[in-house]
Amino acid sequence: MNFNISWFTQERIVFSIALVLFLVFSLSLSGFFSVDNLIVLMRNVSVLGILGIGMAIVVIGRGIDLSMIAVMAVSSAWTLQLMQNGYGLGSALALGLMCALAIGVANGLLIAFVEIPALFATLATGIFLYGLGKSTMLDLDVIYLPENTGWFEEIGKGSIGPFPMPVILFCITMVVAWFVLSRTRFGRFIYGTGDNPLAARITGIPIRIIITGQYAMASFIGFFAGIIIATSVSAVNTRIFHSTMIYDVILVVVLGGIGLSGGKGSVRNVVVGTLLIGILLNGMTIMDIQFTYQNFIKSLILLGAIILDSVLHPRNEETAQQGDI
Amino acid sequence: MLKKFTLKKLLALGFASTLTLGMLGSAANAELIDELREPYIQSFKGKKVAFLPIAMGFDLTEGWAEAMKAASEKHGFEFVIRDPNWNTNAGTQALTALIAEKPDIIVAHNPDVQSYARLLKKAEKAGINVIQVNMKSSYSTNVYVGADWVEIGEAGAQEMVKRCGDGSGTSGKVAIIQGPLTGAASVYQVKGVMNILDQHKEIKIVANQAADWDASKAKAVTQTVLQQHPDLCAVFGFWDVMTLGAAAAVKEAGQTGKVSVLTNGGGNQMACDNVKSGAFDKVWSYDVPGQSRDLVSMIKMIFQSNAKPGDMRVALYTPLKVISREAFDPSICWSLKK
Repeated sequence: MNFNISWFTQERIVFSIALVLFLVFSLSLSGFFSVDNLIVLMRNVSVLGILGIGMAIVVIGRGIDLSMIAVMAVSSAWTLQLMQNGYGLGSALALGLMCALAIGVANGLLIAFVEIPALFATLATGIFLYGLGKSTMLDLDVIYLPENTGWFEEIGKGSIGPFPMPVILFCITMVVAWFVLSRTRFGRFIYGTGDNPLAARITGIPIRIIITGQYAMASFIGFFAGIIIATSVSAVNTRIFHSTMIYDVILVVVLGGIGLSGGKGSVRNVVVGTLLIGILLNGMTIMDIQFTYQNFIKSLILLGAIILDSVLHPRNEETAQQGDI
Repeated sequence: MLKKFTLKKLLALGFASTLTLGMLGSAANAELIDELREPYIQSFKGKKVAFLPIAMGFDLTEGWAEAMKAASEKHGFEFVIRDPNWNTNAGTQALTALIAEKPDIIVAHNPDVQSYARLLKKAEKAGINVIQVNMKSSYSTNVYVGADWVEIGEAGAQEMVKRCGDGSGTSGKVAIIQGPLTGAASVYQVKGVMNILDQHKEIKIVANQAADWDASKAKAVTQTVLQQHPDLCAVFGFWDVMTLGAAAAVKEAGQTGKVSVLTNGGGNQMACDNVKSGAFDKVWSYDVPGQSRDLVSMIKMIFQSNAKPGDMRVALYTPLKVISREAFDPSICWSLKK
């Protein structure tokens, strides 16, 4: 067999690291390798994975969405707030979704039509929404889910057979995103736009509409993830906006091998990145390693994966793309 | 004759004495003034209290602020809030700015034991009285009003010993979920827990994790722990808002009733609701309305006594209230007025 170093793409490197860790944990930690623990492992990273897929769609279209966590927290918290204020579940959900989509479309319009760089536009809209939420839409930092909401609670707490709903919803999001990205015209146009926007425009792709659409999709997925968190712990903590979660989401995407320069990658990359994070977090919690050390170890392994990739695939004129970050 | 005279005299005497006593009484009415009242009213004039919470927007800080604001409106002193919104850096800047503004009292809520220590010392040097509330800095100022975290940690640990110790027929395994490791609430609660558990080797701490006051993180940790130790006996979370996540994990695992969920908090309505629903087994409340009254009392005391920084070292540890299903009393809890 011919050993070819280029076989080791970043996705495969990360997958290999995940596999090695998985084997090491399975052999050394009693209780790691059990079906139940693996389900818990997936459950704990399912929201991260769902957000990762939303981010991947935007990144493939050569963008980035820093407002995702704000959209997730504020729109879902607002839904709960409206329910507390006496709105029905249906109308509260519809208003929350509209709030999320409004920010998504605003992102798209600012980036595609006003031509503000995505980094700045989404940074600003995220801070805007969080500020608006805290000052006028929400009473408190932490909004609780009202009692007895029936099926709604099942979104985060229920399960089908042995599988918790968040894991199932993660799988559904994967399938839908995969279908949209690889089997629809809209999805193919996102790749085209991301790979080379100018060429895409010349060939007749309505790139402004595509860009607006991809941000709307990311916001929709953000709202969806927010509802899962809300129903899972019966509360939304809007303070999550101040956490490093947005970087974790970008990390999952980039780690899996989706380049920030756009046009490349698929849902599979996000899954690989999410798996590595999931295995790491689960194993370290079983070992009862302190949270602060967990962050430290996590960052070391991630840095290692990225260094390995750039050693194996040095950037040169051929591989570098205009617009690389 | 004698009898008559006596009666007459007696009557006259009685009349005269009633009159005299009455006059004396009215004279006393005119002169007896509550000499504390006027200085009390005057002591608030032109004074300023600044509140520096970790953040507004959650039950504890909103509760304290509500009480101080009500007092300021009633007594006519100025009350300002500087909200750093969970950002320690912004908090340090706000504190620096406050020292320059020179309010009469700063009410400081420390994000951790270190960050404000030096600035609080500086504030005292500048002649500003500092009241620390609920989360202490490593530097002690005139007054601390708040929970005795060591006591709460000990109470939680004793409950764990009761529920999971020798003779309970359980595994003796417990999990502890802390806030940020450097926060006073975490540091001193862990100390309290260890004070007790060091003498009870039958209790095994299978997880001791920080979840940063975040319910989602607490849920993830508890799920993994429950997976490893399905025979877990108790979870002790250091704040009810965060422990909600641990309770959700216990409920989802179908372990409600088997795994005790113990926690503490400000005694907001949420705590009572969750004890009632069975999500929490026991909550130690440090009673925000009680703390608020202590806070306002200390403000009044400083104003009237003209205390200078360093004059006293006073701690008002909040008497704890226990919320449990066995002795459930919904009136323990409170909610914001709004």
